[in-house]
Amino acid sequence: MLKEERLFSFEVSDEEMVVKLLGEMDHHNAKELRGEVDSLILEYRPQRVVLDLSEISFMDSSGLGFIMGRYSLAKELGASLVLRAPTSAVMKIITLAGMERMIKIEKSIKEGDV
Amino acid sequence: MKREEMKGIVQNSMRLVLPSYSVNEGIARGAVAAFCAQLDPTVAELGDIKCALSEAVTNCIVHAYRDSIGEIYITVELLEGGIVRMKVKDRGCGIPDVKVARAPLYTTDRAGERSGMGFTVMESFTDAIRVSSREGRGTTVTMYKRILGR
Repeated sequence: MLKEERLFSFEVSDEEMVVKLLGEMDHHNAKELRGEVDSLILEYRPQRVVLDLSEISFMDSSGLGFIMGRYSLAKELGASLVLRAPTSAVMKIITLAGMERMIKIEKSIKEGDV
Repeated sequence: MKREEMKGIVQNSMRLVLPSYSVNEGIARGAVAAFCAQLDPTVAELGDIKCALSEAVTNCIVHAYRDSIGEIYITVELLEGGIVRMKVKDRGCGIPDVKVARAPLYTTDRAGERSGMGFTVMESFTDAIRVSSREGRGTTVTMYKRILGR
């Protein structure tokens, strides 16, 4: 099932939910995204949540906060959270925060882990 | 970065005043990126500038003007030697202890999912940063970034 939303698209299959974030991840967009993504996670209760970052053109520390918030929610529900295909710019801020030590990062669906 | 470089001659400048609506975070980034393009920065350099600027502007919106809407004063100057100086100033609540505020992961807004990495990002993505603040009067963050270009 594929559904288009303004700041993200999502796809649910079996026990996995892929949330593809779109555009820029800053404080303004994170505020809007938070509730919508949480609602989907609570509705579908996937075993695995994938945040696809391949189409994020910009991310600041608000994006880190967003990711950590979703990670905490997934953990609370007994699910895993994975980051998929971050661009090099996004990877820079993820590495600065040391987030790759806590959250699994996939290069892409086909290429496996970073 | 050497002190004399930070006091170089201003070759071009831009001033921007924006109300502290969160939608203006992207507008500020776009304006500053467009201005800095004249230095022909690499994609990575431009990304660093946008990110550092975004953090400073977000701090004004989330912290300085937490319970109100105020003005954010952004000044961008191009100095000799390809140095960009960005100043982000507010007349908000001010920071009680700048040293504490600059510590990684420190935030006064956990409920808002703030990572507390704002100042860490600014420090890491620029070559120098200065923060001055007075409680009840406001805060000024000045950042310097040397652009080597393509």
